[in-house]
Amino acid sequence: MSSVLYDNPGPAAKRRNLIWSIVFFILLALGLWWVWRVMDDNEQLEWAKWRPFLAGSEAWTTYLLPGLVNTLKAAALAMVIALPLGALFGIGRLSDHLWVRIPAGAVVEFFRAIPVLILMLFANVFYDKFTDISSETRPLYAVVTGLVLYNASVLAEVVRAGILSLPKGQTEAAKAIGLRKGQTMRTILLPQAVTAMLPAIVSQLVVIVKDTALGGVMIGFAELLNSRKTAAAFYASVIPSFVAVAVVFIVLNFALTSLASWLEKRLRQAKKSTGAVVGVDAVGELATPGAQEHPDFPKGDQPPDKPV
Amino acid sequence: MFDFLEGYDLLGAFWVTVQLTVFSGIGALVWGTILAAMRVSPVPLMRGFGAAYVNLVRNTPLTVIIVFTSLGLADIFSVTLGAGGDFETQNFRLAVLGLAAYTAAFVCEAVRSGINTVPVGQAEAARAIGLSFTQVLTNIVLPQAFRSVIGPLANVLIALTKNTTVAAAIGVGEAALLMKEMIETEAQLLLIAVIFALGFMLLTLPTGLVLGWFSKRLAVKR
Repeated sequence: MSSVLYDNPGPAAKRRNLIWSIVFFILLALGLWWVWRVMDDNEQLEWAKWRPFLAGSEAWTTYLLPGLVNTLKAAALAMVIALPLGALFGIGRLSDHLWVRIPAGAVVEFFRAIPVLILMLFANVFYDKFTDISSETRPLYAVVTGLVLYNASVLAEVVRAGILSLPKGQTEAAKAIGLRKGQTMRTILLPQAVTAMLPAIVSQLVVIVKDTALGGVMIGFAELLNSRKTAAAFYASVIPSFVAVAVVFIVLNFALTSLASWLEKRLRQAKKSTGAVVGVDAVGELATPGAQEHPDFPKGDQPPDKPV
Repeated sequence: MFDFLEGYDLLGAFWVTVQLTVFSGIGALVWGTILAAMRVSPVPLMRGFGAAYVNLVRNTPLTVIIVFTSLGLADIFSVTLGAGGDFETQNFRLAVLGLAAYTAAFVCEAVRSGINTVPVGQAEAARAIGLSFTQVLTNIVLPQAFRSVIGPLANVLIALTKNTTVAAAIGVGEAALLMKEMIETEAQLLLIAVIFALGFMLLTLPTGLVLGWFSKRLAVKR
């Protein structure tokens, strides 16, 4: 990586960089050595504890994979339900009518401002008290409900940013050929906005996958992190089970993150489209309540501080 | 109407939430800035470490990290952070550690994006007058970068405020844990949920507004 922050190293800089490398390497090695030693002292390095996760398939088929299936099921359900809801509220916020815009905005701001765990806990007790959903499926319902309420509000902002990221000329041209508001939205803006916000949607999926783990600990949803507990108890292996679960999450989320970045890059380079994109980085901002409210300023693409 | 609130320390629980946010926020800011400095440094090993850290931590659920601090760090590695057998203090400190370690990855990315907004000429001029990498970074680039990332950092801080609820997973007595206890014993489900939701809105919305105002005021006009 060539950087503007430093020159190409001369002899002195090369020596200094080498010293830094060595010092940093020693620190890392010391850290790893400490980890290794403590794990050895606590019998976490025994092959018997790692074998179920590395060599055998039993630990995976009995414990971790069913957990992973539940994680994916909850994430997929949440995304499928949240997306149309989000589109509804996102478009509602762009409405010309005050009585549609204000309530839609209030709902979105409310659910963005509160932690997803609060929603899950509420849904869990709500289903328990007011419905006859069986106690085995209740955690799934509660987790999906919590995730849907929170993510629909984030996706509403993504949809709004996607529509606002399109050039004004699209709406103007649609008006010029006599399309009505609904037609413009349905046939001109939405199809393009969906493409533009694909990267943001995929990276929101990472957030959803990560949040399912919360349901596992707090309301006993049998997802991946929860299945770790049973596996760890059965094989008496704390660290190996954590490593296995973390690796599965990281691989899954890394794949999704990479897909999102790839989509974003492809869309930015696309010649056929308007080049409008709601990028991966925009998601953090769109998930934040009370962010700046400028209807004419597309939140999705241009950061306010971009040098002109 | 509000008799059911008796016997519950609502303000105390939200105070724990605030403390978690502040302490882990400071930790994340420091560690995240160090990580960002590593990611742009001329030492390949540090760049690699920074990139690996960010990619691994960002893709791990916070819940996994928090649960690990208790079952892994405390139970196996005996990292008790000087709590001396007091489990309440120990879990609080572990939660702060986990939240800071997780949030630092996002702070790092925000700071790095801020570094990219500083015009090339600034760093070039600094190098031309003979400043070293550390001097360029700490005297010229970071001060300008921070002013342009107050907005993104505010988003990270608000996300952190909401994320502190995950500390309930290891029994830290913050707002979400109290809410769980209350809705499971009291009858007023909706009312309790609304109170806690409003409590969190009270914490997150002003943060966004105040820091949004600061970010506009302090932005480097170019």
